[in-house]
Amino acid sequence: MAEQTTVQIDTTITKQNITSDQEVRWCVGCGDYSILAQMKKTLIDLGLPREKTVFVSGIGCSSRFPYYLDTYGFHTIHGRAPAVATGVKLANPDLSVWVITGDGDGLSIGGNHLLHLFRRNLDINVILFNNQIYGLTKGQYSPTSPVGKVTKSSPYGSLDGPINPISFALGCSATFVARAMDRDPKHLVEMLKRAHAHKGCSFVEVYQNCNIYNDGIYFNLTDPATKSDNVVYLEHNEPLIYGKEKNTGVKLNGFKFEKAELKTEADHEKLFKHDEKNPDPGYAFMLSGLTENPELPTPLGVFRELEQDSFDKMFHQQIEDVKKDKGKGDIKKLLLTGETWTIN
Amino acid sequence: MKDVKTLEHVTIRFAGDSGDGMQLTGNQFTQTTAFSQNDLSTFPDYPAEIRAPAGTLHGVSGFQIHFSSELIYTPGDNIDVLIAMNPAALKVNLNLLIHNATIIVNEDSFTSKNLKLAGFEKNPLDDGTLSAYQVIRVELNRLTLKALENIELSHKEKDRCKNFYALGMVYWLYQRDLDPTLYWIKTKFAKSPVLIEANTTALIGGRNFADSTQIFNTSYKIAKAKIEPGVYRNMTGNEALVLGMVTAGQKSGLNIFLASYPITPATEVLQFTSLHKNFGIRTLQAEDEISAIGIALGASFAGDIGMTVTSGPGLALKNEFLGLAVMTELPLVIFDIQRAGPSTGMPTKTEQADLWIAMHGRSSEAPLPIIAANGPVDCFNVAYEAIKIAVQFMTPVLVLSDLYIANGAEPWKIPNPDKLPEIKINLADKDDPYLPYERDEKSLARKWALPGTPNLEHRIGGLEKEDVTGNISYDAENHDKMVRLRAEKIQRVGDFVQEPTLHGDESGDVLVVSWGSTYGAVLTTVDFLRAKGEKVSFYHLRWINPLPKSLGKHIKKFKKILVPEVNLGQLIHIIRGKYLVDAVGFNKVKGLPLRIDELKAAILKLIEE
Repeated sequence: MAEQTTVQIDTTITKQNITSDQEVRWCVGCGDYSILAQMKKTLIDLGLPREKTVFVSGIGCSSRFPYYLDTYGFHTIHGRAPAVATGVKLANPDLSVWVITGDGDGLSIGGNHLLHLFRRNLDINVILFNNQIYGLTKGQYSPTSPVGKVTKSSPYGSLDGPINPISFALGCSATFVARAMDRDPKHLVEMLKRAHAHKGCSFVEVYQNCNIYNDGIYFNLTDPATKSDNVVYLEHNEPLIYGKEKNTGVKLNGFKFEKAELKTEADHEKLFKHDEKNPDPGYAFMLSGLTENPELPTPLGVFRELEQDSFDKMFHQQIEDVKKDKGKGDIKKLLLTGETWTIN
Repeated sequence: MKDVKTLEHVTIRFAGDSGDGMQLTGNQFTQTTAFSQNDLSTFPDYPAEIRAPAGTLHGVSGFQIHFSSELIYTPGDNIDVLIAMNPAALKVNLNLLIHNATIIVNEDSFTSKNLKLAGFEKNPLDDGTLSAYQVIRVELNRLTLKALENIELSHKEKDRCKNFYALGMVYWLYQRDLDPTLYWIKTKFAKSPVLIEANTTALIGGRNFADSTQIFNTSYKIAKAKIEPGVYRNMTGNEALVLGMVTAGQKSGLNIFLASYPITPATEVLQFTSLHKNFGIRTLQAEDEISAIGIALGASFAGDIGMTVTSGPGLALKNEFLGLAVMTELPLVIFDIQRAGPSTGMPTKTEQADLWIAMHGRSSEAPLPIIAANGPVDCFNVAYEAIKIAVQFMTPVLVLSDLYIANGAEPWKIPNPDKLPEIKINLADKDDPYLPYERDEKSLARKWALPGTPNLEHRIGGLEKEDVTGNISYDAENHDKMVRLRAEKIQRVGDFVQEPTLHGDESGDVLVVSWGSTYGAVLTTVDFLRAKGEKVSFYHLRWINPLPKSLGKHIKKFKKILVPEVNLGQLIHIIRGKYLVDAVGFNKVKGLPLRIDELKAAILKLIEE
């Protein structure tokens, strides 16, 4: 397969036939249910043939995900889903490959593999569920937990500095980087569709609530009462505007983002426009830093999308090029290569 | 012209600084020897450092070749002829020389500085150290420069031709044809006529010098060996692995996918394989050992035959993924080119001590088939057979080779790929309802369902599977059943592969049971002792897991069982455990292959006891 072929649309997928016969075993009230539901909607809307869709996961609550969809699925080992997914995609680039991982799985034990998946830019979609806690091992701090987090393994507060997954992905040269939330289903579906459409590695961080071990950490971003003041949606070529009355914006002052009250038309004009196509990683990286800034809203949406040849495309093109150059391999000739002699 | 003597076999070692081109010189001598139709076996022995400081003991690079008019199976215990390019090369090889060995030394390199670097207090050429040997002193630097005096090259570049001057002398000594090397020089330096001229002149110069100065009293002739008719080429173990792999890919119609992380002495396998992309072969240099096997397993899930190649410490890292491969019952081939020591150990020295990690390195009960190559050429067959079994049984297969095999070379009778056994693939039928863990009655293999095929959608993973359906199951009875089924499947590999043949009589005093690269040394030793009338037989294991069925039967018929290994007793532990036999080990772990003389002594001692 030299070229990626466009997957044809399957109009026969329904909620029933995309759902596997396995009982879902997540805790009642877990944010994972919403992500699963939005994934199903995405697959149905896109008409992705079930047989051409593969979910690969690591270990953790999120990584049970593949069992619940009637597609191909591979529940692998801790942190290594990116490696397995790489093999799957390269063996058959015609498949739509999704990596499902969590903050612990993807960023602790699997951090190295995620780095290399991003920098190679395989056409794989990585969905990272971030609940800032280890759920399956029953409540220890994770690589995205804030300093001082009190958990069973950090009874006096965690001392580890947290990873910002968006900054990490951008630092690894990921070509598509976005953020969504379990409690914003419409936007989540939009992000999943955009991830699929991107021909290269797509990374979507999904803020996800763990109602057992870390309940409510994102509630200020999801509650209708506080959401509009704390969240800003990124739209390409649009300024960053938020607030109930849409009267607050984010402006750039030198190398610093600042809050801007929007009273007049002139105030609006001072705002810079979000540019997801900006090839300079510095811009998107600065934007990702808003997450940690208590004065400013948390961005949701696409931070960056860059068009680049995907690794899988180049990988197979190289094989075709070598075949063209050297001629298709002939095993008998190969065995006889080099200096041979005959004994009669 | 002086006397010409006929010899049966000779072991030569070229030794010098890592920059002296000893591996190249050895390879040229090997090629020419092969063309002369002697049987041969080689042993490159080079330092761990890329370029150790010149003249030092740890910088000595050696290339040993054993060649004969008889069939031979090892590169030789002791050296008949040493070509020592400097004092350090002389020093490190002195203990390997036979009595009355010939030493050709580059006298020019015996300067006070080099003598000091090599740890000689006095010049061994003058103080009687070498009185037990025939020493041929040659002013190699001076003679090479003189031979090349009319060639437009720098002093340094001329000096680098001295290895070919020495090679020319050795060619004279063994009545060798210069043509193969002259041809090689022409091809190698096609872009530089001056280098062709210099190297050609050096080679001929060395030959003529030996011829006209009568520096040697005698030249030698080794008759052609009685070798099976066919077309031959020289082959190292690592090259043979790759060719076996490529051939299996072509025969099965499957895409070969090799993902690997560089590690000595396995790296060459990744490099050679990457050259053959025109066969549709897929190779990837992964970010680490774990990723390498993960990528290979992912490729296998999607319908390629995934493979990875590594050495001991890398295998340690891969073992968790091997457990997953056992659980998901996917085909996968892992080549482990063993090297010496735990951790980093001695990466450029040989050992066969990864058997235990191969057998038991995973958590819980996770058996997999293990096959071991017995020499360089056998790597072709072993790679081919491992791939065949991996696909047929839907299982990871572990292939054990080692540094001694990987770098050593032998003449290889090139097979006709049409005559190799078929590789059948056990694909699920898209028109049948698919049950991922439904098994073939005979092999117990499950069927392979490739993503992209409609109607076969399924999920697999590391959690325990319910028998037949493959659903997650924590049921106690089911787990017990699945553990036993997975173990039984591996045992059944034994029904589908060839049993080793017993070498020698069916009963006697000693049965030597061995595996891997000790094959040549054991075979040579046992043949020698049998010729002397000793009641010794030999059984060499190819598949170590499962063990061949006839092993138990043979073991009972001998008074004593000897298990020689380049480890402290790994196979013997398995044999003692399985057959409850008081087997005796012969163990040496020096980073070197087993020696015939030592093995001989061990067997004789056992007979006497």
